[in-house]
Formats: sequence, structure tokens, C-alpha cells
Amino acid sequence: MKIHEYQGKELFRAAGVPVLEGHMVTSPEEAAAAYTQLGGKIAVVKAQIHAGGRGKGNVIDDPDQKGVVLCKSADEAKAAAAGLLGKKLVTIQTGPEGQTVGKVFVEAGCDIARELYLGIVVDRVTCRPVLMVSTEGGVEIEKVAEETPELIHKEGFDPAIGLEAFQVRKICKKLGIEGAAAKSAFKFMTAMCRFFIDADCALAEVNPLVITGDGQMIALDAKITFDENAMFRHKDLEPLRDLSEEEESEIRAGKAGLSYVKLDGNIACLVNGAGLAMSTMDIIKYHGGEPANFLDVGGGANAAQVTEAFRILLSDENCKGVLVNIFGGIARCTTIASALIEASKEVGFNVPLVVRLEGTEVEEGRKMLEDSDVDVITAVDLTDAAKKIVAATA
Amino acid sequence: MSILVDKNTKVICQGITGNAGKFHAMGCRDYGTQLVGGVTPGKGGQEVEGMPVFDTVEEAVEQTGADATMIFVPPPFTADAILEAVDAGIRVIAAITEGVPVIDMVRVYEKVKASDSILIGPNCPGLITPGECKIGIMPGYIHTPGKIGVMSRSGTLTYEAVWQTSNLKLGQSTCVGLGGDPIVGTNYIDLFKLYEEDDQTEAILMIGEIGGSAEEEAAAYVKAHVSKPVAAFIAGRTAPPGKRMGHAGAIISGGKGTAEEKVAALEDAGIVVAPSPAEMGDAVVQAIKNK
Repeated sequence: MKIHEYQGKELFRAAGVPVLEGHMVTSPEEAAAAYTQLGGKIAVVKAQIHAGGRGKGNVIDDPDQKGVVLCKSADEAKAAAAGLLGKKLVTIQTGPEGQTVGKVFVEAGCDIARELYLGIVVDRVTCRPVLMVSTEGGVEIEKVAEETPELIHKEGFDPAIGLEAFQVRKICKKLGIEGAAAKSAFKFMTAMCRFFIDADCALAEVNPLVITGDGQMIALDAKITFDENAMFRHKDLEPLRDLSEEEESEIRAGKAGLSYVKLDGNIACLVNGAGLAMSTMDIIKYHGGEPANFLDVGGGANAAQVTEAFRILLSDENCKGVLVNIFGGIARCTTIASALIEASKEVGFNVPLVVRLEGTEVEEGRKMLEDSDVDVITAVDLTDAAKKIVAATA
Repeated sequence: MSILVDKNTKVICQGITGNAGKFHAMGCRDYGTQLVGGVTPGKGGQEVEGMPVFDTVEEAVEQTGADATMIFVPPPFTADAILEAVDAGIRVIAAITEGVPVIDMVRVYEKVKASDSILIGPNCPGLITPGECKIGIMPGYIHTPGKIGVMSRSGTLTYEAVWQTSNLKLGQSTCVGLGGDPIVGTNYIDLFKLYEEDDQTEAILMIGEIGGSAEEEAAAYVKAHVSKPVAAFIAGRTAPPGKRMGHAGAIISGGKGTAEEKVAALEDAGIVVAPSPAEMGDAVVQAIKNK
């Protein structure tokens, strides 16, 4: 689960990670008031969308309206908010269609002496959380990782203990952070690492991380993704979920316990297991078709879930045909077959349907489909299934 | 021989009183696995389909001599169940449960590595030595005793591969589902070592997916240390970057872990890579021919 910058900063503040004062607003008038409340000197108006790259991104059809605007008066803050709210912002991460800005964050300015990058992830190679700090703040970290990996300093840490003091000293030495800033860095980095563990983050990123003229380390950005698997122990974070940032059909699928990702093709697929679902997309493409989605009905799929899955697939207006590929393990072929028959009664298939069943209770499942009046094109294996659905939708 | 488990392996099921635990434990027993009991805290003394239930793994080991376990407890309790099995000295631990928090696995991983136990999973179908011992949720009938070692990060895709090698009359020595999560107890390299030393295994099929760098590391290991024929398949060639495809491990971030990079690394190590998931069995045949 991703959250907005302003939400991330509230969590940072509560966790002892230094941030600047700021206010989330939803109208230009509120933005002007927030500017005045922040002292009336310098403030930054920032579009709140889940995608990164906002500073360099701009509103569709308005190249001068950037996603992050430096303001020196209440009128400027008002104008910046008016230019962003309700508009579509296009950044390197949103795709060309952009993302609608519903909220802006008005934040106090500060005296920036240095810009750094800080990120924490769980490293799959060492199987530990890793703190990454780089002198290359404010730029795309993926680019730094590719071109100058030596500029990213990494320290793995024990989740039970957190970051050790000597690790902060090593980082400060490498990055040339001294005096008051080094003291501030210790407080900042240990608090960030603690927060990462306590909140079950999958990613916590601060870019830029700044050191002010008087040696204070402050988070100027907050990009946080939580581990969905750990949400059961963070009920307090659930209200931070912003459904307007997620694809509607994906939300629906999530509610039904299905794993679904919408794609641009026209052949819908319904599969059990993530790896097989990805491979089914691959083989559709291999035989010249374009998959309309990724859909994993999971191990213990029941009739209600499978029916909902069909509803979601058929509601995609690009859908020209459906490929069902089930290799029963936990999921039994009979469950899928009866759900398919139910779904056809309820939803009605008006596009070609190719079904390939194998695995647990396969004979019974195939017989159920044969005996039903659902118009099914059966396939004997993966290649056969892919060829048939591509042919049927061509 | 085979790797990890055989007809002498004594297996318990943690979470045997739950629906999934009971269903699959009985499926394993029906297949021929030596199931000797189960564990559910607070339900010690009960029986499930004639199998004794114990309160702790320690007790189960003392009374049954179990040396393997399959874990079906819900995600919030999975880390604890694995650590309990490690503490009781269980040799092979298969954690089937899906949805375990990553931070829990960081904690578990270090404890497992410091012990003599081998952890398979979590979020995996388990492991099977055909005709001898099935520990997990895979349909038994698709397997045949034979000579291919199959390992995979994906469940149902493993069944697909097994089915193809069975239809080609190659059969399998031992099949292992490593699990789809970012942190799992056993990786490809751990198993390459075991397959390389196993007499029954004549060729190895490795099934990977996008995300992470485990396949690239495995390719480097194969190049340096594996003499047996190796074939592979990578799922997710058509996945768009940055989207999570079911498995938390399958996110392509920052251009790392793409299918193209993985295929290139595998081919460079002399591994035959199947172009489509329907050709995994054929790729194994080709790999054997090439040697």
C-alpha cells in the first residue's frame, strides 16, 4: 500500500524523523491561508499523487505548471494550487495519461546547504533491511545506481536492534557530514530505520534528504510503501489508503481476494497461481495475442470469487475473449467448473471462451463443463489453449 | 536416491486441525507419505483422522521421531511456527502459508541459517520425491519417479513443468517449490548443490520469474560448479515494469530483474531456456542432448 507525502510526513513526525511544518489543502484559498500561517516568507506547494518525479513533471497541456512550485507570496501559493488542483499531472512514473491532483501540500521553505538521498528496502540478496544513502540527492536514484553505484553507500541492519551508531559514523565519513550535521544524522537515520521496521514498510524513501545551513538533517520528501502482508497488524494505517489513486477494477478484485492487474490487450485470462498467470500472459503474446490482464484467483478460490473474477474480466470493454487456465492443486477443477457454469448463467458470455483444465479433480471438472450448456472451446494443453484463443479473437 | 525427503522421512503437519492443514495432510498420507502426527497449540491429545495431535513440536518429535514438517498455520503465526520447528531440531521445514510479512522472514531467515534445518518456502507448494514422499499441496498423480530435479519459485507453474516431464517419460527425482516471496529459506543455489551430488538426478529444470536477482546468481553458480544438464524458464516476459504480479517478489524495480536480463545470464551459463511455458519439457530434452 502506498501513501501520500503529507501522510508519510505525519508518520515521520510521530516517529521522531525531522520534517518541516506543512498543511494539506484542497482549495486555492486554503493554500493562501496555509502560506500565511507558515510565516509568510517562503513556501513550497506540492501536488499530492502517489507517483514520483513531481518536481520535473507538469500538468497536461501546460508545460509551465510544474508539480512542485516555490512561492514567495500568498497569491503565488493560491495560483500554484489553482494550477494543480483537479488537473492531470504527468511525471516520469504516471504514464502519458497523467494522474489527477486532488490535494496539495503547502510546506515551509528552508535554507538548504546540501541535498542527499536516503532509502530503505529489504534486500533480497542479503535477506536484511538495508539503508542506502547517497550524495546524489534530488535526482533519479535508479540512474545513480546504474551509472555511479559507488556513490550509493549501503548499510544492512538487524531488524531487532536497528542501525548501530558506528554505521552512522561510517556513512557520515563517506558523505563528508561533520559536526552538528553528524549529530543530526544519527538521530535522523536511527529513527528512520526504526520506523521502517515498526511500520512494516516495503520501501521508505526520502529524496531529497537535506542538511540545512545550521546543520539539521530534514526529510523534504516521504515516499512510503507498506508491506500488504503485514497490514493485519497495522489497522491504524488502513485509513491512509487513497482508493482514488488505484485502478477501480483492481480495488474490486482486491475486495474479492483476487490478484488482478489491468493491461492494455484484448484477451482476458483467469488463472490459478501467480507464476502460471504470468506464463499464460507470456504464451498469449508468444502466439501473437495481447493479454488484457493478469488475474490469479489464488489457491482456495471459491465459486463467489471466480464469478466475481468473470464479472471483472467481462466488464473490460477491450475484452474480446477469455482464456481460463487452471492447473488444480489446492484449487480443484470442479470448483472452477461449477463457478464457470454459475458465472455464465449470471453474467453471460458474449465472447469466445477457451478453457484448459488439469490437476486435482480434472476428469469430474471436464465432465461438468461438457454436460453444461456453456459454450466452451476446450483445450488440451497450454499451446493449444493459447492458439485457440488467439484464433478466436483475431 | 533423491534430495531432502524419501520414503523414510517422518512428517508432521503444524496446523493439522485447520481445514487446509487437515485436507492436505491427508492428501499426503494417501499419497504414501509417512505422516506421523500434527501440532496445534491447545489441542494436544486430540486426533485428526487417526493422527495424534500434539501441543508443541518438541513433544511431537519426542513421541514420533518426526524429521520433517509442513506448516499450514495462518500468516500472523507462521514465523513463530517455523522457529518452533527449528528449535525442535526438525530437518526439513516446508512452510506452505501465503502472506507472511517480509520483516518476519528477515528474523526467521537468520535463525534458520544458523541452524541445521532447511526451510522451504514460505508461500510455496512444498516438495515431493515421487513415489516416496509428498510434503505439500501439489497434486500427486502428475508426478512420476525419474531423473529430473525440478525447482521453481511458482506453484502451479511447477505442476505444468512436472506434467510436461512426466509426459516425456523423463520423470522427476525431487521437485521443490521454493516460494514466491522476496525472502525464502532455500534458493536455487542451495538446491543446485544437492542435485549435483544426487545420483538419481540426471538433469535439472529451474523455473524462475521476473524480479530480484536470484536467477542471475544461480546462472553464475551453474557456470562454475554444475556439470549436469540444466534447462530453465523465466515467467513474466510480458509483465509491465513496476506492477506487482501476485508475488511480492515479482516487481521489476528500476530496470532490475527483467526477463531479458535473466534469460541472457542463463544462456551465457550454457543453460537451455524454454521460449514458452509449453516447452519446458522440450528444453530439458535439449539440455540433455547438448551435454
